[in-house]
This record gives sequence, structure tokens and C-alpha cells, in this order.
Amino acid sequence: MTISPSIVQVDDVSKRFMLHKDKSLKERLMFMGRARKQAEEFWALRDVSLDIKTGTTVGLVGHNGSGKSTLLKVVGGIIQPTSGSVVRRGRMAALLELGAGFHPDLSGRENVYLNAAILGLNRQETDLHFDEIVEFSGIEEFIDTQVKFYSSGMYVRLAFSVAVHVDPDLLLVDEVLAVGDEPFQRKCMDKIAEFQAEGRTIVLVSHSSDQVGRLCDRVVVMHAGSMIHDGDPAEGIRVLRDGYEEDRVNHIKAAPPEAYEAKRLTVGEVEARTVVGSDQTDVIVRTTVDVHEPTPGWGIGVAIDTPLGLRLYAMNTFTMGTDFPSTRGRHVVEVTLPDIRLGAGKYLISVGLGLPTGETIDRRGSAAAFDMPSDVFGAGILRLEPRLDINPRVA
Amino acid sequence: MSRLNAEERALRIAQEPLLPVGQSTGFVTGTGASIREIWAHRQLLGLLVRREIKARYKDSSLGLVWSLVKPLSQLLVYYFAIGQVLGLARNIPSFAIFVFVGLTIWGLFTEIVSSGTMSIINNSGLVKKVYLPREIFPLGSLGGGLFNFSLQLIILIGATIAMGQIPLTPDLAVAPLAVLNVILFGTALAMILSAVTVYLRDIQHLVEVALTVVFWGSPIVYSYSFVNAAIGGTWLEQIYLANPVTLSVLGMQKAFWLAGTTESTQMNFPPDLIVRLWISLAISAVLLWVGQRIFSRLQGNFAQEL
Repeated sequence: MTISPSIVQVDDVSKRFMLHKDKSLKERLMFMGRARKQAEEFWALRDVSLDIKTGTTVGLVGHNGSGKSTLLKVVGGIIQPTSGSVVRRGRMAALLELGAGFHPDLSGRENVYLNAAILGLNRQETDLHFDEIVEFSGIEEFIDTQVKFYSSGMYVRLAFSVAVHVDPDLLLVDEVLAVGDEPFQRKCMDKIAEFQAEGRTIVLVSHSSDQVGRLCDRVVVMHAGSMIHDGDPAEGIRVLRDGYEEDRVNHIKAAPPEAYEAKRLTVGEVEARTVVGSDQTDVIVRTTVDVHEPTPGWGIGVAIDTPLGLRLYAMNTFTMGTDFPSTRGRHVVEVTLPDIRLGAGKYLISVGLGLPTGETIDRRGSAAAFDMPSDVFGAGILRLEPRLDINPRVA
Repeated sequence: MSRLNAEERALRIAQEPLLPVGQSTGFVTGTGASIREIWAHRQLLGLLVRREIKARYKDSSLGLVWSLVKPLSQLLVYYFAIGQVLGLARNIPSFAIFVFVGLTIWGLFTEIVSSGTMSIINNSGLVKKVYLPREIFPLGSLGGGLFNFSLQLIILIGATIAMGQIPLTPDLAVAPLAVLNVILFGTALAMILSAVTVYLRDIQHLVEVALTVVFWGSPIVYSYSFVNAAIGGTWLEQIYLANPVTLSVLGMQKAFWLAGTTESTQMNFPPDLIVRLWISLAISAVLLWVGQRIFSRLQGNFAQEL
């Protein structure tokens, strides 16, 4: 029987920041009467409740300023919530900023001991892991050099390797995995996979939906201090993207009207459907295009993405040599993508209108979605039909 | 530390109690928790102190010698300017030792207070990014101060031996009392000031000014006999003697400045110095506790104010 007790419980946490600009005594005295009113309130978190079980990997995503880093800091105990409570158990290591606590004037070796102590390791334990830490970081040659002479990559390597060697039960990571060169990043990812296998809990803040989709089994989407989604990663990333899309649309609407109206073509309704045949599955994308102003030579582009944002396919009609009607009014274009060999699941369609010169006139990301039926055999992003030959004769 | 598999880990975690994150702000209950937390981080405290000391003189070729140059140059200045030019040395026997004793204990106090005041701001990188009991930073300044103090004390003892005034008298027992008094009082101030400075940066400049005033308000470059002659027996003298730093300076002089007791006929020490020191010690201890509670209250918002 597997048990997964809670490792962190966040209960109804809110955090208010007061933004006041006057810091010095003089300014405070000058604005004494008005100071209270001048202080602007800002709720970084509002009534957030979260129960994190051991062994899960939770991704916190959201726009800049949505409160995800604040939430991570509250869990880490760095910021105290204005109301609500956080309880936690087990050893925690926080990688909120790589190399926090590194002293530029000390050597790498001294900093390893210092940083390990900050993360809660005593001297004997650090001695035990020291070689492992240095080896993982791959900067053996420079371990006795002062860290101020390190490149930023070396800095990051050393800090990450200290943090992963302190044997945390709970690892908090804030957008730091994106640094370092590719081999080192791969090493980090392997280490994280190892952590997951060992039943450690990871909470990470990331802007890369790709990374979140790959690593997390639970995604929390933050928006303006509140949780707007908690659960399935693919769904979470969709919510996040919809949020971005909404922002984009709002932004366009907020822009001067002529900028919006100046569009010669707009994408109307987009619909995608799968046609499951006996031996192949086709996807038909039906798009209504509104031509507001005759635009000769326009074309349409269609792309398929996974819900996690991986682009699988993109095409446009320019090389097909088709002329689209350029008269004012509504036109319907149907693009058939025949014999799609994709694994079961949901896929997103994006549609764009443009000119052969490369100019995009209108586009609609994640405009429609289609489902692929369950795989006949195997699972994954590709739909394959493996054949089997036992003891094949050598040709 | 063996590698645990997922299930063992989950089992172990299930048995651990869920603890609230951050510091308890309860006035009485919080103290014990804070002390336990600091105790758990004592190794880190040691490392931070060492980091400060090492980093301070890392790239200078003379290194640690510099930590002695400042008090020694002060000693020279006061010895010539005040002792010889203004002529105080005529009334104060062994004037060099007298001044150095005062400067040594004063140096400890200023370092605890002034670097303690800045300790949170100077470590903002850590405060903002990692959770530690933040008391560690003012306490780290205390450690750095004690390190410099002990270096100077060694020189002081060497000097007394060289001048044939070996301080091996019963009065030497006053020294630990005086030092402890400065430590408690200075740390209490450092706790409060370091926390308040985060919210009100003017404090750091105010502290500099206040320290200069207190320096001249303590019998460091002049002896207590002058004070006694000027305001002896009045309530002003009581105020003068209510200063814990003054009492500690006097206590150190009692312990290490033999000439003050043996060669001088003047009243260099108040008669009830020991009693006053004990009282001051008790008050400082209470102040330290109150200071820690204030600190604990204020530290919750450090990360966002820095």
C-alpha cells in the first residue's frame, strides 16, 4: 500500500504588500498625514489553499506578477503571510536564487560548506558529500578559486549541485533550471527524475510550459494572486495559454480602434474535426475568413500543437498555388490534413492569415482542438503500427 | 544518510509533525522556539562569522594585521593629543594602558552595535532568498566583534606584562562581568536596531552619531576621577553611571589598569562598581529578551522591505 502524507499544507493564505515610496525619516515626517493614504495596497496572494502530498511534483505557473513566486516564498518561510497559515515537515531546500549565500570573496570550497550549512547540512555531512558535489558541478579545477571569478554558468552549477546533495524531502525551485549549458541542464533534469523516483517532493516555478508539462504531475495556475487552476498539467497549461490569449485580445481591443479595424482579413470561426476511417484518420479544419478589404494573394496557415505547447506541424497555402477569393465578405476554407498518425489525446489547431511576403494579418492561437482516438497499439505522440517478425531470414 | 526509497521516505515524513512555517510571534512561547532554532543553526553561525572575518581581509596582503591597526592608531592619537598635549597623562598613571583598556572594550561595543545594525541589510541576499532564523545576522556581528576583541585583549595583556603591571589580582574577576555586560547590552541594541533599520534607513546614520556621543560620555580617554571631581555626588553622576558601557569600561579598567588602583590617589572607580555592574547585567539581559521579541515581530516582513 502506498501512502502519501501531506508535506506542505497551505491554508487560506493571503499576502498583502504595502507599496510606499517614502523610505527616509525626512520623507516620512513630510508626508506624515498623507502617508497612510499614499501607501498602496497590493494583494500578492488571496485565499490560497494548497495541500501538497509527498512524492508529487507541483508546477506553479502564471504571468509575471501573478503571485507564484510569492507563494513559493511563503511555503519556504521567507515571507510571512498576512493571514492564513502554512505547515510543513521534512527537510527543505530552496533554490530561489542560485548562489544566494555565496560570498564572492570566498573560494568555491568555502562556499560549498557555507551554502550547505545554510541549507541545513552540518560539517560532517558536507564532508561526506563534498566530492560528489564537486563532481556533479564539474568545476573541479576551480574549486579553490574565489567565486567572484566564476562565470555565471559555473556559479549556477556549483549552487545547484549543493542544493541537490543536501538530501531534501522538499525542493523548492524558482526558475533557475533554465541556466547552464545543455549537458548540465540534462544532468539537472536527470537529477530531478531521480528525485521523483526517490519520492521527494518538488515545487517549481517556471515560465516554460514545456518544462512544466514534462516534469510535473500537478499544475497550479496563478492569476492575480488567486489560484485559477489546480490539477492536471495539460489542462493547467491550456488555462494559462487561454489567459495569455485573453490578455492579447484585450490588449488589441484596448489599442486604438483604427489599429484593430485596419485589419484587412480576420479569422472568424475555426472548427476542427477528426474523421476516423477504416485505415486512416483525417483532420478537417474549417475556417471562416472575413475579408474586409480586397487583399490579393492572401493565404492561410494551419498548425498543430500539443496541449503542452510543442509544435508538431505547420503548413501554409502559399506553395500550393491556390488563389483565394479576394472579394469583400465571408469565405469558408476547409483544410484537410489526411492520414494523421498521432497518438490518442487532445491536440490544438492554430490558424493564421497572411501574405506571401511573410506578413501576418491575423492569427488565432489554439483556435480549435481535435481528439485522436485511442491507440490501437502502444501509446505516445506517434501512432504507429508495429509489425513483428520472429527469427527473420537474413536477406 | 542512506538513500531512502519513496515509500520509506513517505512513511518517515508521515511520522514527522507538521510544523508551522516561520517564527512564532507569541511573546513568551516564541522565545524558547527562537533559541532552539538558533541553537540548531549554531554551525552556520560559526561559518558566517568566519566568512565575515575571512572576507574582510581576503585580498589584503597584511590581512588580520589591519584589524589591529585601527585601535593602535587611535591609541597613538589619544596618547599624544590628549595625554601629552592636553596633559591628562600627568594625572593618569600608565596612560597608554589606561586608554588601550578603554578602547578595547569600546571597540567591542561599537562593532557589535554598528555592524549589527547593518547586518540584516548587508545580508539582504540571504534574508530574501533563504529561510534562516534571522537573529543569526546580528549574532554574527557579535562573533566578529568578539574575534577582534580577543586579538586586542591579547595585545593588551602582552603590553601589561611588558610594562611590568601583570593584572593577576582579584580584580581580574571583574573583567568577565564587564565583557558580558557589553555583550548583552550591545547585542540587545543590535537586535532592535538591525530590525528597525530595515524599515527606517536613517537609523544607520543616527547610530553613528549616537556612538560618538557615547564614546565621549564614557571614561575612555579621561578617567572617572575627572567626572567625580566635576559632578560627584549629584544626580548627574548617577545618570553618568547608569550607562552600561561606562560601567563596563570602568570594570575593565579595574581589572587591567593596575596603576589606577595602586599608584593613583584619586577616586578612579565608583565605590559600588561591582553591584552596579550586576544590576546593569540583569537589565541588559531583560533588554536582550525584549529586543529579541521585537526583532521576531519585525522580521516577518524583512524579505519584502529589503
